[in-house]
Amino acid sequence: MGKIKLLQGNEACAEGALYAGCTFFGGYPITPSTEVAEYLARRLPQIGGVFLQMEDEIAAMAAVIGGSLAGCKALTATSGPGFSLKQENMGFAMLTEIPCVIVNVMRGGPSTGVPTGPGQSDIMQCKWGTHGDHPVICLTPAYVQEIFSETVRAFNLSEKYRTPVIIAFDEIVGHMRERIEIPDAGVLEIVNRVKPTCPPSEYLPYDDSKGDVPPMANFFEGYRYHVTGLNHGTDGFPVNASPRIHTDELRLLRKVEANRAEIIKFEEYMLDDAEVAIFAYGVSGRSAKTAVEMARAEGIKAGLFRPLTIWPFPDEQVAELAGRVKGIVVPELSLGQIIFEVERCAKGRCKLEGIYRVDGDPINPAQILAKVKEVK
Amino acid sequence: MSERYEIRFSGSGGQGLILAGVIFAEAATIYDTKTAVQSQSYGPEARGGASKSEVIISDKTINFPKATAIDLMLALTQEACSKYYKDIKPDGTLLVDEDFVKEIPKGTFKVLRLPIIRTASEEIGKAFVANIVAIGAITAITGQVSLEAVEKAVLSRVPKGTEELNKKALKAGYDLAKARAK
Repeated sequence: MGKIKLLQGNEACAEGALYAGCTFFGGYPITPSTEVAEYLARRLPQIGGVFLQMEDEIAAMAAVIGGSLAGCKALTATSGPGFSLKQENMGFAMLTEIPCVIVNVMRGGPSTGVPTGPGQSDIMQCKWGTHGDHPVICLTPAYVQEIFSETVRAFNLSEKYRTPVIIAFDEIVGHMRERIEIPDAGVLEIVNRVKPTCPPSEYLPYDDSKGDVPPMANFFEGYRYHVTGLNHGTDGFPVNASPRIHTDELRLLRKVEANRAEIIKFEEYMLDDAEVAIFAYGVSGRSAKTAVEMARAEGIKAGLFRPLTIWPFPDEQVAELAGRVKGIVVPELSLGQIIFEVERCAKGRCKLEGIYRVDGDPINPAQILAKVKEVK
Repeated sequence: MSERYEIRFSGSGGQGLILAGVIFAEAATIYDTKTAVQSQSYGPEARGGASKSEVIISDKTINFPKATAIDLMLALTQEACSKYYKDIKPDGTLLVDEDFVKEIPKGTFKVLRLPIIRTASEEIGKAFVANIVAIGAITAITGQVSLEAVEKAVLSRVPKGTEELNKKALKAGYDLAKARAK
């Protein structure tokens, strides 16, 4: 039996990071994510880790990249305005294949927007916020216990695939408190990056003959190598020539695309015989679950598809669902973003209705139920 | 969803209402055997402004985490009372501080007036324990969580050296509500 606690979502995120072996936090405080930083500012020094508050979010993301290169599992946490600032360095980490975890506790936006209210309008930014083609893994937990376990999974995926992983939840889930059990050490699997076994003189940090995820050496362990945001050769030095650019960019995407089955995670609730499906994540997923229960109590066959991995998007699952329900309802705290991904996969095979809300309150179950009845 | 019991703690920022919600949720789900979710909502101000904290208690998993059909609402200020009372169920209860909330909104809900802040400042001697007095009263009124569980939760959350003061405040609130209910 692990430790039972009443924790905030943000605190559970910090606990999940510690469980995963995180020893470095680089950040800049911003509502509604600040409790992640606050918690780690207290805990990291107790375990010999580093808590570093930088001058802004750009520097914070750079610090996280440096921390990871030095061998730490590194985390930063922010919200919309800070997430925007981190984008350039996130792209750098994607191209240079530096594992790290970025938490975005979403609030209302754009700009300073609604600092203390929930939002889900950064969800396309999670995918396309930084320029260029790039691999993205983004997880969307909705319960405090789930934030803990998905934070552990985020570190595992980032270490396994040598790539940044984003965790995106909203202000409500970040600030709410629920009972959680923190498992004893050893209960959850922990993945660590594969290090080279060759002598330092033979080490090539981007040697794709070693597979799609080449071993990664930590700095200060005898291995020296070049890290650049330019497209590069196997030794890490710039190569802006064909075919290397093409083959390497394909490999970066393939790290995620070829492993969709492992990376994509979701909950299906009462979908087996459903005539109307709701596609929802985060706090909207919680509302939707209550709406499903209300619908079922009235004899309406509703069900919920709740993605825990939003990127890569669960294309196949949504396509299959669209083929067997009358309609899909998509509630989201934005003016319509993720619904277009559902539409892309549904390809017109069923009705599609969105519910959008950006006034600082969550979409409540009654709103969703009303839309389910329309679609039915 | 009749197994859901929804409580809203409201007042002014700085009165410790978020902490009150945290303590009540902790009592229900850590020291008692129920499921609870605590959430909060506040403006960008650090002090002042209407502030609320909500606790949902159930025997089952709680999905939708916010209060929409409130069984009991506490209001320590007029502003919070007027701003937040609308979600009280027709047969719910509005608990107000009798000195600070004079205009009672119209509704079919039951209204309880208790001298919560006065009890904290005059009987206990510290106005800042008003939130704990309120928790005591709410424990008695709702019957959702045992007084023993609430006391454990209070003691685990208050600063060292203030345990006796807070125990007294909790008991005072509990007795106040019990006496008025008679």
